[in-house]
Amino acid sequence: MRTIKAEEISRAVAKLCIDANYNLGEDIVNEYKLAYQRENSDVAKEILQQLSKNAEIAKEDQVPICQDTGMAVIFLELGQDLRVVEGDLYQAINQGVSAGYTEGYLRKSVVNDPLIQRKNTEDNTPAVIHTEIVPGDQLKITVAPKGFGSENMSQLKMLRPTDGVEGLKTFVLKVVKEAGPNPCPPIVVGIGIGGTVEKAALLAKKSLLRPLGVYNDDEKFKNLEQELLEEVNRLDIGPQGLGGLTTALAVNIETYPTHIAGLPVVVNINCHVARHKEVVL
Amino acid sequence: MAKVSLTTPVTEEQIRSLEAGDKVLLSGVVYTARDAAHKRLVEALDEGEELPFAVEGNAIYYVGPCPAKPGEVIGSAGPTTSYRMDPFAPRLIKEGLRIMIGKGERNDEVIDAMKAQGAVYLGAIGGAAALISKCIKEAEVIAYDDLGTEAVRRLLVEDLPVICVIDSQGNNLYRRD
Ligand code: SF4
Repeated sequence: MRTIKAEEISRAVAKLCIDANYNLGEDIVNEYKLAYQRENSDVAKEILQQLSKNAEIAKEDQVPICQDTGMAVIFLELGQDLRVVEGDLYQAINQGVSAGYTEGYLRKSVVNDPLIQRKNTEDNTPAVIHTEIVPGDQLKITVAPKGFGSENMSQLKMLRPTDGVEGLKTFVLKVVKEAGPNPCPPIVVGIGIGGTVEKAALLAKKSLLRPLGVYNDDEKFKNLEQELLEEVNRLDIGPQGLGGLTTALAVNIETYPTHIAGLPVVVNINCHVARHKEVVL
Repeated sequence: MAKVSLTTPVTEEQIRSLEAGDKVLLSGVVYTARDAAHKRLVEALDEGEELPFAVEGNAIYYVGPCPAKPGEVIGSAGPTTSYRMDPFAPRLIKEGLRIMIGKGERNDEVIDAMKAQGAVYLGAIGGAAALISKCIKEAEVIAYDDLGTEAVRRLLVEDLPVICVIDSQGNNLYRRD
């Protein structure tokens, strides 16, 4: 059985936290430029230009793209034939987050208890970790720092099965409209449909890891993603909510089978600083 | 839509002349405060205590910056979502606060207070935090140090690019229909 040292995992996580916060994905940067060409309002154009410039500065100076460097959401795909040695897996992950957020001069935005004490943990731990056991002997780590301007605008709805596609569309458009300027548009809309409450939420979050330009494998859902993107962009929320054609950069849907009586839907909003970096160890 | 250069502190007259849509380059001192600091500021007012800075004629920027790298003044420093400060803002506006800088909607109580007292809400570009930090020339924590990134800071800014989103008449760029 292949082994991997916990320390190696920590180091990889620290690097990914910094990389994700400094270097915006090329897919997003390119989309800013395409959106700039499509827009016809001056304000929208200027904002998109500033976003491009901001991403450039962050990359060049190696500083965070956004001051909200997020809560670290981490997806693991752990091969069943790989064994972690010399340490505990989740501890290793959190040590990596702590090191990355400290060494990278990233903002520490996590509080210890959500309701009463709300004391900053000072090193951005703990991370939110989702683990999937998969065939093979490798470990894939994806770090997706999640800002809360957009996270706060996310919503859940248990639709009736008969609400169908129209019910889904109505709900998604309502969520985006209510979010308005708050989640720093242009946004990425992640939609999880099916399963149970927590499954739908996880699917929505996972859909945000998709690079721009990659659609759902199923033609039906790919078409729905494209229809929804068009409809969202007709809402005229626009960059920063000041009007324009670019309210969203993408709408991503992930689905799972569900119960005969239910149609759970979670809409998880991400901002234009749609960060995620991955590595396979 | 005018292009305006403005330096803090400001007078009511200067603020009343701004219109929603104006592009403003803001210079001078601005103070930072987020939810936790706002709660303390308003509690201090309730207790009849003095605030850590004079609100009258001044500007509050809703931001929790990243730590400064060695040799830098401040880390990335873009706006946070403003509605979380809505329960506290009218009180500060009554004390003479003239400028709020953030991103996202404000509620009617805040807008009513802005109209009554003469205050504006300026939008900075959410997420453009590296770019914005270039306009910050000095930064110093002046209160609530224990709040970390949420402490109150005194910033000296130069030509901070913002848009007048809600003016003192209540005109609101976010509500266009
Ligand atoms: S929503 Fe995104 S871009 Fe806006 S402040 Fe939060 S992390 Fe930054």
